[in-house]
Amino acid sequence: MTPKATILTADEVRRALTRIAHEIIERNKGAENLALIGVHTRGIPLARRLAEKLSALEGVDVPTGMLDITLYRDDLSEVAQQPIIRETQVPFDLRDRRVILVDDVLYTGRTVRAALDALIDLGRPAGIQLAVLVDRGHRELPIRADYVGKNLPTAATEVVKVKLQESDGVDSVELWDMEALR
Amino acid sequence: MNAPTSMGPRPPHLLDFQEWTPERLNAILDNADTMLQVLDRPVKKVPALQGLTVCNAFFENSTRTRTSFELAARRMSADVLTFAAGASSVSKGESLRDTLEVLTSYKVDAYIVRHHAAGAAHLVARYSGKPVINAGDGRRAHPTQALLDAYTIRQEYGSLEGKKVAILGDVRHSRVARSNAELLPKLGAQVVLCGPATLLPAGLASMPGVTLTTDPKEAVRGAHAVMALRLQRERMSGGFLGSLQEYADTYQVNDALLKEAESGAIVLHPGPMNRDLEISSDAADGPQSRILKQVENGQAIRMSVLYHLLVGRN
Repeated sequence: MTPKATILTADEVRRALTRIAHEIIERNKGAENLALIGVHTRGIPLARRLAEKLSALEGVDVPTGMLDITLYRDDLSEVAQQPIIRETQVPFDLRDRRVILVDDVLYTGRTVRAALDALIDLGRPAGIQLAVLVDRGHRELPIRADYVGKNLPTAATEVVKVKLQESDGVDSVELWDMEALR
Repeated sequence: MNAPTSMGPRPPHLLDFQEWTPERLNAILDNADTMLQVLDRPVKKVPALQGLTVCNAFFENSTRTRTSFELAARRMSADVLTFAAGASSVSKGESLRDTLEVLTSYKVDAYIVRHHAAGAAHLVARYSGKPVINAGDGRRAHPTQALLDAYTIRQEYGSLEGKKVAILGDVRHSRVARSNAELLPKLGAQVVLCGPATLLPAGLASMPGVTLTTDPKEAVRGAHAVMALRLQRERMSGGFLGSLQEYADTYQVNDALLKEAESGAIVLHPGPMNRDLEISSDAADGPQSRILKQVENGQAIRMSVLYHLLVGRN
């Protein structure tokens, strides 16, 4: 099976993350008092990579955390399988920090809504911004990303697959037909 | 939904462990880690069960189990209807089935049942059509207590595989002992049940992974966890014990007996304790005791059980 299209190659993923890192610095006037929190699963390595880039660019160590939103989802009555709860780890105080929430794909916005609820239950950050590698549209809630690697208009019958070195051994973003994956 | 997974199909109820695979039981323990994290946060609540109503149907007195379940359900954002039989129409002669029909009309989504009669939770499961968690039925089962015991041991050793758990005392009247004897071997542990012959039903020896002995030193030798059971004098009509002193002299979990166990073996008790009868104060309050930890873990385990039974079930 082959994807319908390769949207981002490994180099393009790297450049997109570099651009997002620059945008974060520009918008926040540096990297002081920032924190990066990745949403399980692929948001976590993306957050770590952004932290490395911010450190290289600004010489500031930006703390990273991981967030699982399973207990905050509003669609659990629609999922057939019982979701396994994964680890939430935010080992720093959120107060007075601007938190950049990081995820791989922004779709309906429901994951981000759940992540916002989960994050606010952990403390009261000074602000929350959203960074995603791909925005594929089809929002069901009034949510938008502050930093986007690639805007990708898609059909509802398509699937965006983000692959990352850390979990998949390769960096890429592919577009698949849902039918082909069944 | 009840789609088969690698863990096997999800059982509709938690009445005992017969229908539960080790994988699903381990998933409950795994998710309890997350629930403990929730209990450590400034906001000790998640919206996972928002909109659901859980009925705490307690036909037998209980404070710690009832409050633990009630808090667990509230931490998961469920509404809780607490029903205490003593203050209800049950005391006026209403049958369990009629009581259930009344509760069902309140649109209850799940029942937590404590009853003095073995099998009562099964009866509720049959008539209510909703998920039921057995919070203790007669002498038969108390599965969430066993889960929290297993969790407390796993917390200490990382795994139950190959661990020896000695359970001493009034095994005959203990639903906790039965549930632990059913659960712990499923998770890889070996269970030794120990007590005076009059309080040690021989039938339990046929359970896989379970052995029986009347010799407390033999039971405790090499054990990683030593659990004392409450002497349930209210369930004894007499003739089980020569004297309480004789019982305490032989079967009490105390520092002298713990010397037979593995170094650093943990001490458990399902509570409430008869201090200086089945357990000495030294053992109950000493550095090896995890009795208060069990209470804390109980809430997390019950949150996890509610989550496993209720989430994603239309």
